[in-house]
Amino acid sequence: MTAELLEAQGLEAAYGRVQVLWGAGLSVRERETVVLLGANGAGKTTLLKVLMGLIAASAGEVRFQGQDITRLRTDRRVRLGIVYMSETSGFPGLTIAENIRIGGQFVGAAELRRRTAELYTVFPALAERRRALASSLSGGQRKMLGVAKALAAGPKLLVMDEPSAGLSPLFVKEVIHVLARFREQGLSLLIAEQNVKFLELADRVYTLDGGRIGFAGTVPQMRADDAIRRAYFGLK
Amino acid sequence: MPKALRHVLFTLVPVVVAFALLPSVYSNQLLLFNFVIYLALTQGFNIIYGFTGYLPFGYVGFFGAGAYGFALAVMHLHFPPLAALGVGAVAAVLLGLVLTPLLRLSGAYFAIANLAASQAVFLIVSNPNLTAITKGPYGISLSGVFSPGFTYGVAVAILAATLGLVIYLRNSRFGLALQAIREDAISAGMAGINVVLSRTIAWLLSALVAGLVGGVFAWYISVFYPETVFDLGVSIFAIVFALFGGTATILGPILGVIILYGIYNVIGISTPQYFQLIYGVLIVGLVLFLPEGLVSIFKRRGIDVP
Repeated sequence: MTAELLEAQGLEAAYGRVQVLWGAGLSVRERETVVLLGANGAGKTTLLKVLMGLIAASAGEVRFQGQDITRLRTDRRVRLGIVYMSETSGFPGLTIAENIRIGGQFVGAAELRRRTAELYTVFPALAERRRALASSLSGGQRKMLGVAKALAAGPKLLVMDEPSAGLSPLFVKEVIHVLARFREQGLSLLIAEQNVKFLELADRVYTLDGGRIGFAGTVPQMRADDAIRRAYFGLK
Repeated sequence: MPKALRHVLFTLVPVVVAFALLPSVYSNQLLLFNFVIYLALTQGFNIIYGFTGYLPFGYVGFFGAGAYGFALAVMHLHFPPLAALGVGAVAAVLLGLVLTPLLRLSGAYFAIANLAASQAVFLIVSNPNLTAITKGPYGISLSGVFSPGFTYGVAVAILAATLGLVIYLRNSRFGLALQAIREDAISAGMAGINVVLSRTIAWLLSALVAGLVGGVFAWYISVFYPETVFDLGVSIFAIVFALFGGTATILGPILGVIILYGIYNVIGISTPQYFQLIYGVLIVGLVLFLPEGLVSIFKRRGIDVP
């Protein structure tokens, strides 16, 4: 039994009067990849934002390595080792190298050099253009930069909001490949997705439905569940 | 050679040495002094606008606060001028602290609120009912501390310190964090940057520079009116010079001041009608062809501008 890295329980959150999360909770263990599946509007992004402290929870608690972080500011959570990658997590007016340096600002200089070199081997497209502004990258490359920037921080847990959105199947494959590589090195992942391709990586799966956790279990258990299969794999 | 050292050698050293030596070959010291003042003020503006992304239209408010902080300390507390300069700096930083809530605004809202704030300070200082303290609209006269030669040296020292600060920002993690905030404050928070603290520090540093410059200005000229040190033209000059040269660099604001303030002094005073025309043409041309400032000519070619 490995230790719990992130644990969330009974989370509730609302935008004004519209309540989105109704007691949702999940956990991620060390070196584990967890995929959070859910349709549009199920509350995936809200749940991730509550975990990151970008939205305040009205009830419930979040713990990271046993420490209560429910009221902790986002940048403090990042320093603890939870890094968030959203659709827009890049600085277009800065160069690629600067973006990666911002990601890795809390890593020591030598370690950052090592990580940057590794990231450039994994993303040769970024290495070629390291002095170019991030705004000159294509949508797919921007996403790569987002992943690289997040990984430069050397996180314990990488939280990703729909990494596949707007990516071609080829890019999706590349992202999965890279994530698998860093998972080998001990990275834990929490990925909110609609794209079932990411289940390749998953140790466990949650489904989020109307702001509540529906299913929780392993991928084989999930495939065995008829209702879930119909909902997420489009199978009869 | 580390980049920061190169920046010191190629920007700070030549500028500071040139302005330290020029008075011995060129007799119009007041003109040189004004150049030094604008070089420092434009870099102070660069800290908050170029690096952090807040456009302070009322930047002159800190300059005025520095000037009056200096003057009041000399008049009422009988401080020696260097200590009074410290009071001027503190006055500007305190004004900056009072105005920190404005940083919650962005874009034009921030610019306008800051403009209004500087006007409010001006109106308080020039209020006839405060004549006993600030001399109200009748202005300040500090003949006892008048010492242009020494004051010029102090101004050059302030310029050197300001350039050093901007070189630090250009080469440090903190400066990069500020630029991340300028790009996208929320993403900056998600990258682990303490947004509120970082932008507050940048804001206060920017105020500190303007406060020191205002103080040394008051010391140098020693006779001035509220309209002199709260003149919106000072804000506008600093903004235009910095944008013309290119912000978030060390070289850009320097070029902006040398070229535009140079033109202003060559023709602006003798033939103001042509000056306005040439200024207008230059600025329109810049907006059309080089919206990122003069230094973008080099940046576009992939040259790393200090």
